[in-house]
Amino acid sequence: MAKGIIFDIKRYAIHDGPGIRTTIFLKGCSLRCQWCQNPEGQETNPEIILRSSRCARECNECVSACPQDAISKDGNSIEIDKAKCDLCAKCEEVCVYEALEIVGREVTVQELLAEIEKDRIFFDESGGGITFSGGEPLMHVDFLEALLKEIGKKNIHVTLDTSGYVSFEDLSRIYDKVDLFLYDLKIMDDEKHEKYTGVSNKLILENLRKLTELGKSVAVRIPLISGINDDNQSIHMFVDFLQSLKSIKQINLLSYHRGGCEKYKRLRKEGSPITFQSPSDERIEDIKKIFTDSGFSVKTGG
Amino acid sequence: MKERIKKLREQSLSIKPYVTPERAKLITEFYKSDAADKVSSPVRRALAFKYLLENKVVCISENELIVGERGPAPRATPTYPEITAHSLEDLRILNTRKKTSFAVDAETKKLYEEEIIPFWKGKAIRDKIFGEMPEEWKAAYEAGVFTEFMEQRAPGHTVLDDKIYKKGFIDFKKDIERSIENLDSSNDPEAAKKNEELKAMEICTDALIMYAERHAEKARELAKKEKNPEKRKGLERIAENCSRVPARTPRDFWEALQYYWFVHLGVIIELNTWDSFNPGRLDQHLYPFYKKGLEEGTLTREKATELLQAFWIKFNNQPAPPKVGVTAEESATYTDFALINTGGIKQDGSDAVNELSYLILDVVEEMRILQPSSMVQISKKTPDAFLKRALKIIKTGFGQPSVFNTDAIVQELVRQGKSVEDARNGGASGCVETGAFGKENYNLTGYFNLTKVFEITLNNGVDPRTGKEIGLKTGDASSFKSFEDLFEAFKKQLNYFVDIKVKGNDVIERLYAEYLPSPFLSLLIDDCIAKGKDYHDGGARYNTSYIMGVGLGTLTDVLTSVKYNVFDEKKVSMQDLLKVLENNFEADEPLRQRFLNKTPKYGNDDDYTDEIMRSIFEAYYSAVRGRPNTKGGFYEINLLPTTVHIYFGKVVGATPDGRKASEPLSEGISPVQGADRKGPTAVIKSASKMDHVRTGGTLLNQKFTPHLLADEDGIDKLAHLIRSYFKLDGHHIQLNVVSADMLRDAQKNPGKYRDLIVRVAGYSDYFVDIAVDLQDEIIKRTEHKSF
Repeated sequence: MAKGIIFDIKRYAIHDGPGIRTTIFLKGCSLRCQWCQNPEGQETNPEIILRSSRCARECNECVSACPQDAISKDGNSIEIDKAKCDLCAKCEEVCVYEALEIVGREVTVQELLAEIEKDRIFFDESGGGITFSGGEPLMHVDFLEALLKEIGKKNIHVTLDTSGYVSFEDLSRIYDKVDLFLYDLKIMDDEKHEKYTGVSNKLILENLRKLTELGKSVAVRIPLISGINDDNQSIHMFVDFLQSLKSIKQINLLSYHRGGCEKYKRLRKEGSPITFQSPSDERIEDIKKIFTDSGFSVKTGG
Repeated sequence: MKERIKKLREQSLSIKPYVTPERAKLITEFYKSDAADKVSSPVRRALAFKYLLENKVVCISENELIVGERGPAPRATPTYPEITAHSLEDLRILNTRKKTSFAVDAETKKLYEEEIIPFWKGKAIRDKIFGEMPEEWKAAYEAGVFTEFMEQRAPGHTVLDDKIYKKGFIDFKKDIERSIENLDSSNDPEAAKKNEELKAMEICTDALIMYAERHAEKARELAKKEKNPEKRKGLERIAENCSRVPARTPRDFWEALQYYWFVHLGVIIELNTWDSFNPGRLDQHLYPFYKKGLEEGTLTREKATELLQAFWIKFNNQPAPPKVGVTAEESATYTDFALINTGGIKQDGSDAVNELSYLILDVVEEMRILQPSSMVQISKKTPDAFLKRALKIIKTGFGQPSVFNTDAIVQELVRQGKSVEDARNGGASGCVETGAFGKENYNLTGYFNLTKVFEITLNNGVDPRTGKEIGLKTGDASSFKSFEDLFEAFKKQLNYFVDIKVKGNDVIERLYAEYLPSPFLSLLIDDCIAKGKDYHDGGARYNTSYIMGVGLGTLTDVLTSVKYNVFDEKKVSMQDLLKVLENNFEADEPLRQRFLNKTPKYGNDDDYTDEIMRSIFEAYYSAVRGRPNTKGGFYEINLLPTTVHIYFGKVVGATPDGRKASEPLSEGISPVQGADRKGPTAVIKSASKMDHVRTGGTLLNQKFTPHLLADEDGIDKLAHLIRSYFKLDGHHIQLNVVSADMLRDAQKNPGKYRDLIVRVAGYSDYFVDIAVDLQDEIIKRTEHKSF
């Protein structure tokens, strides 16, 4: 039985597709967007995170509990030797202050189905359903395919939030079972795309074109980051490309927020993240107008 | 808002509530007079009522459209020495306490010292109650196991139906006379008693007509002196209204409102009934007058709005009567719980929302005052537009209107034995309480501290706070082999304390029936006239007594923690646990953190703990429900706290859910503050695992930050969330839409937030008026951030 790795489940998700939804965050992504809001979704494998502010100075439980001697502690400053740590989660169990936490856990199709079923009444009432997000959900394509097959039997609306940076072969395995794609576009200029996300956008744009040609329902999500993709030229490049696809109607503009920075600290990632700025409200309104004038239906936020 | 309304509103908001000695003085004069001698108890009460209405000051303020005040002026709050004769110390506390204070002047203190206290000491019903209660009742009361609603306020908890809009008081008088004629003195041993009660009701009908006529005279006097022709015309119209109603049926919208207002004043002058009184389904009652007025061209939408606004201010002019001691703790508010119902369904089962329902919501939004409180009844037939209109008002951060499930209310009432028609004409009043309007005495008798009972169980019948043995010896907690054994012990303890509470209630119900019958209230509630019986004596068609369970969320987490950490996971032994609790976790913070963070909590849609919640619900339901009261009716449960969860928390030591001694308990059926971590759908799922239909009302509080409702889409989704809860038979959900930062700022700068109203627990209050610990708790209640 295929298994997937998730790092979060959010209920009453109201900005990830129609109605009231449960959003499942699958772990792992091929992109390394410098403004990433969910850095805990980048690595496929589980990771250990530390919320220093919660750590109790006098407590030494994690150090004694660790069978690998991977943890050392000085005051409330904890060091974890990642080379030694085998993610056994013993430290998480003894950390009653919830300072140490393993993000990412393996789940089966049955487990997730039970979780999805919990909010069924809200989906039915609101026309909502399940959203898969991440990370990149398609990093777990075997698992996703098996899960979507079961969800299909339950007649629950499925939204897939994807970076598009996957083989079309993988997309082909699931696209019939997805009711709505939330398709992320970051930057049209390929060189710039590669600079800020670590990958070329060719595959992303090509997959989007193919999906629209197949008549799939797609809403495009664009994160707006000041100085990166919010200038008129960048916006017009989005417009030209999306107009060429003909069937795209819905654009969701998401303003960058700094929520990711705190998460980087917790993950103890090498190198501090670059802090970006969100465009001003006025600028977002201007951008919204450009899209609207070009015939798109635009939602901001969410 | 028109200028006159603005002025009236500002007047109502700016006057600090104060105690007026008027009523205390008059009632004492009457009781000392010959007229009070040698008459039956109901007739004495009726004559007292008449004496009050004959002699109290008639107040008509400038700019008013609806007239009549309970005291001599707006915000002047009378006292009821026949119920509680406040001591000088009580008056000092009222005058000086920080929250819900009442100014008391020297003249009032002097009058109390010289006349009121000497006359009423020992005679007031409060003194009689405490004089008659057995030792075990007093011990439980003092320990904070339960409170007693009737020790400072009279049974009320009832709401009017549409009868006054179809009948004038002259018609009521005829009904009373007919009932007297029908008395069969040769076959009915109670005929003489009934005759006295009916005579008393008749005296009351005349008294209210006379009181209205005094207002008509005063208005005519003022009109004569008035130079401004428009104002003169207004006063003449007021005079005309007061001569017409309540004597005869109202002919238009304005008279209908004035009629209700006189009736309202009658009820709250006769006694200080709990939950003041309430017109109930106002959009239904007034709609025929509204429609007729518009059709005939005698009323406009604007005029109707202005009249309703003037009506709203009348409620706000009457702060809840001053409370002291435990009663002040359990109900620390100026609001007097008049809850105007809109929406719902009609008697025939069809959707009841009409144009006036929307107009009333406009009034609620524009007035933004504490009283009256307002609610919307949402049935499966209610249009979404109506629900969303209500949500848009809630969104502005004003705790009104609250949202109720009509279909659950109807099921609850029918389950209790009411006819479908009476159930459909009913609604919710007070905080959340279900009632058959105009036909039921649904008496809330006191709050019941479920967590305290468990604490006593853990200590084998001893209250650890005082060391006194006040409960049953149900066994040493460390001797229990299983969680089930412990739970059985809790059930025994629970039944023991419910027995005590009910025995006390039986005595108190009889004291009211004997010493303080309410002939005026009785003539308004079916079938008191037909039966010739008083409201306090089983006259109502339906008589329900409630004991309100408090701390369900806390107790669920407490029992869950014991099951999980002591019996299942064996993280701590019972013996050690008792020690840790005794020391208030002082030497064992890590264990407290384990209880807080590593133990399942109610409110997260987790069956492990939600099953325990259900067991508590079932145990409490079985302990209370179905016991007979002295009025021919039965006991039921409901789950709401007003502000008592703060007081109840103060008397409970540290608990195994990680709560430290004296901290508040959870409120209503809401999860412990901050324990719900999976968002509102999980809270709703957990809360709906109990059978709401077997209650007479539950309270679920959810705080939303404004940005979850920033756009139309957010409102839509909230509407769906509510509809889902109601599909699951949820009784009521109340929404606080504010940010924690804003509340913190309000704590620091109360002056800036004078009009900030929050839902506290089944009712709204000015945030700056509530106690700091309650403010802190509201801030702490889980904020559901945007995902």
